[in-house]
Amino acid sequence: MLKDFEYFAPKTLKEALALLDKYQDECKVIGGGQSLLILMRQGLVAPQYLISIKGLSELSYIKDAKEGLKIGALTTHRAIEKSPVIQKKFSVLAEMERRLASIQTRNWGTIGGNLCHGEPAGDPAPVLMALNATLTTTSLRGERNMAVGDFSRDYFEVALEPGELLTEIQVPAAPPHTGAAYTKFNIIESDLATVGVAVSVTLGAGDGVCQDVRIALGAVAPTPIRAKKAEAVLKGKKITDNLLKEAGEVASTEAEPISDIVASEEYRRELVRVLVARVGKEAFARAKA
Amino acid sequence: MKKELKLTVNGQPYELYVKPKTLLVQVLRDHLGLTGSKRGCNDSSCGACTVVLNGMAVKSCSILALQADGAEVLTVEGLARGTELRPIQKAFLDHGAFQCGFCTSGMLMASTALLLENPKPTKEQIKEGIDGNICRCTGYNSIIRAVTAVVKGEYKEGK
Repeated sequence: MLKDFEYFAPKTLKEALALLDKYQDECKVIGGGQSLLILMRQGLVAPQYLISIKGLSELSYIKDAKEGLKIGALTTHRAIEKSPVIQKKFSVLAEMERRLASIQTRNWGTIGGNLCHGEPAGDPAPVLMALNATLTTTSLRGERNMAVGDFSRDYFEVALEPGELLTEIQVPAAPPHTGAAYTKFNIIESDLATVGVAVSVTLGAGDGVCQDVRIALGAVAPTPIRAKKAEAVLKGKKITDNLLKEAGEVASTEAEPISDIVASEEYRRELVRVLVARVGKEAFARAKA
Repeated sequence: MKKELKLTVNGQPYELYVKPKTLLVQVLRDHLGLTGSKRGCNDSSCGACTVVLNGMAVKSCSILALQADGAEVLTVEGLARGTELRPIQKAFLDHGAFQCGFCTSGMLMASTALLLENPKPTKEQIKEGIDGNICRCTGYNSIIRAVTAVVKGEYKEGK
């Protein structure tokens, strides 16, 4: 059963920030709320004040500029999945969204809400980390910018200060010869990742040498993590199947998974080993194309 | 403290006063008596509570009613026109697309939203469209066959 709370539905960002500033720790922000309501039902979160920002249309947008993509925090998963510009230029984001939960959930849930929930098995964070995305938080005190990877702090814990709202996600335009891919392993298609792997590869012009690579893993640590040692295996080298296999092996040692009802620690490490090589190969193929 | 909620459900406008913690599915079932939408898992896994909100399928167990303030909601009760069933309902009947029937309203509403968005879905797209809905009588194939029959135009809208 849900506990009672007081409810506000501000009409503007300014109003929302004023409420957040007033109620600080005693309030919780609700976007779509599909994750938050589960925690509230379990009694894990019991806010006195709930501030619904779902109606703030000013935070629902997808803007494509020269420097990259800007996504308003309240853009729904479904809007990202269906966006022609994202499908064309940042297809890995659309592919990730298409596998996030079910259509119903994607219709109502927002990208910002997903990130703020801090679920280590969430799909968007590792993909955004591989794409070197940043985000902006806003409060009455002003704005802060940080890498998506620095936003996650711990299980269900993010870097938001009291009074702060996540307002925008920025995905930089990829350099030429860049390819990115994501996959997750899960038993039920609409479920969270047992393990999720996102890879972005940038190749040198013509020589096929890996100039830059970012590997991000979901559901293998308290937060999504970069597999930096595995990245070092690939960086500066010509990518081959053997090298990708080695990167997978290294990544599986970097992961710190837990055993739970979904999978054992060993099984998750094995998934990391296999999926890093597989997703890396796909990203490499896309970078060459 | 109760708050005012304005909703249009199946074309009928309502003005209610609800506690903020009231879920959309509770308003539909307990306040309006529209018990076709089922409260199954209660955590957006099963899809039995699926309704069409402003043209898109959502799970009404995972939405606060106040968050739907001002919205237009279509529930399974709003499908039939009087006693005339809609094509998707007739197709479900003809194809035996249910056994116990608990998932049926959700399946119908997920299918309805799918066909609103894409009147000619492929089999894969139909599967994706009902991916958020669980049927424990293993009726998926007959449900897919029913939706496919509607897509093929085998059922005409009643007059």
